[in-house]
Amino acid sequence: MASRYDRAITVFSPDGHLFQVEYAQEAVKKGSTAVGIRGTNIVVLGVEKKSVAKLQDERTVRKICALDDHVCMAFAGLTADARVVINRARVECQSHKLTVEDPVTVEYITRFIATLKQKYTQSNGRRPFGISALIVGFDDDGIPRLYQTDPSGTYHAWKANAIGRSAKTVREFLEKNYTEDAIANDNEAIKLAIRALLEVVQSGGKNIELAIIRRNQPLKMFSAKEIELQVTAIEKEKEEAEKKKSKKTV
Amino acid sequence: MALQDVCKWQAPDTQELSPHLSQAGGWAVPRGCDPPTFLQTQGPRLAHGTTTLAFRFRHGVIAAADTRSSCSNYVACPASRKVIPVHQHLLGTTSGTSADCTTWYRVLQRELRLRALREGQLPSVASAAKLLSAMMSRYRGLDLCVATALCGWDRSGPALFYVYSDGTRLQGDIFSVGSGSPYAYGVLDRGYRYDMTTQEAYALARCAVAHATHRDAYSGGSVDLFHVRESGWEYVSRNDAWVLYSELQKLPELEEQEEKEASQVHPEPATPAQSW
Repeated sequence: MASRYDRAITVFSPDGHLFQVEYAQEAVKKGSTAVGIRGTNIVVLGVEKKSVAKLQDERTVRKICALDDHVCMAFAGLTADARVVINRARVECQSHKLTVEDPVTVEYITRFIATLKQKYTQSNGRRPFGISALIVGFDDDGIPRLYQTDPSGTYHAWKANAIGRSAKTVREFLEKNYTEDAIANDNEAIKLAIRALLEVVQSGGKNIELAIIRRNQPLKMFSAKEIELQVTAIEKEKEEAEKKKSKKTV
Repeated sequence: MALQDVCKWQAPDTQELSPHLSQAGGWAVPRGCDPPTFLQTQGPRLAHGTTTLAFRFRHGVIAAADTRSSCSNYVACPASRKVIPVHQHLLGTTSGTSADCTTWYRVLQRELRLRALREGQLPSVASAAKLLSAMMSRYRGLDLCVATALCGWDRSGPALFYVYSDGTRLQGDIFSVGSGSPYAYGVLDRGYRYDMTTQEAYALARCAVAHATHRDAYSGGSVDLFHVRESGWEYVSRNDAWVLYSELQKLPELEEQEEKEASQVHPEPATPAQSW
């Protein structure tokens, strides 16, 4: 049944599916994991870095991109599609500033990206964008925000979310561990993001890329060393928790 | 879209400004005729004379204007409204061609309302000023004449912008626009302080417009006074300009009396006796 209704995406299937959009969501599930956390004074984005070939320059692979001074996004899915979307979003951020003198709100730019994605689900001759995006930032009123968009063009606000490969596992981890204490201060929020990623990333801190935005400060990308520091701290905490547990049982 | 590109059809962009206005320069003029020159030689004689002023201070923004609408030597309306509300927290003083001002303010109202619906909050006064100046600068050279001060209260507090139809957009604390503005500026510059009380601000605005109506032939009628506070704009009063001016003239007599009383209490020192 599906094969007859997935050629031209403008056609609905008899039971109401847009199959090309659903296939795009499958493509997203193949991409490397990205996680976003909304703290009280900080927003954190973490992504799993795919291992690069020996001769490849690692620095050219960037999955976390700034859209403006106060907004950034991470994506999961087709990198080339993401590049196009990010370009359009960056232009829109500046056009908005030119037309109305104010920087975009996080919700505005999310809505723009979502509208762009939706347009491509309702055009003939075009396929949807194969990416989901996590968009984070602070608005003028100082409130932190995290939004997620998907290939169908819908967007929602989240406290914490994950996209890409094993997103379900990470989301379940976050549901269990996202508490008021966990985001009590900036460092805790960063650690929560790394712990969430470590659930699914093999070979630890080497394959993690992390970025944060604090209120009224520009995007900060963590260096490999800083990530290592956090990972060691997390492992120490784990060991101490284990020791406490074993002491209790004895 | 592929089919679109072949047919060369452009989809309307919902993010752009939406006024359905004819393209600038889209005039039915004879071939080879240049619109600005045409307007200067053949167009309607539009005269502009007015006094409007606006200044921002701690407790908001004051907007005041006279009420005389003139057309060369003829007073078309002695009681016109030159301060136009745009929305609850934004007023505009208008000067220039009345028709242009009212039309462009309606366009601005529509743009701001659309954006408020889309974004969930009203744009700031800076945004409104930017939108207005961008819209009008497309018609530059076509004899549009709108000189306006946008007075409002937004997230950043009291805000005041001057916008002119050639695209000028300036931020400031005091603006006076119109043929009577030099007279008003004199009074304003003398009495303005950011930390004035509301009553002092009202008095200053009324005094400035009254003086301008006294000297400028194209200003007169009454003095309208508006105040934009944090809670929105308020129409404070409309006073006859001549009555106001006469009352202001009485005040120096009071000052003279006070001086006399003061000199009686402290007699001037006696001249020292000349020594031979």
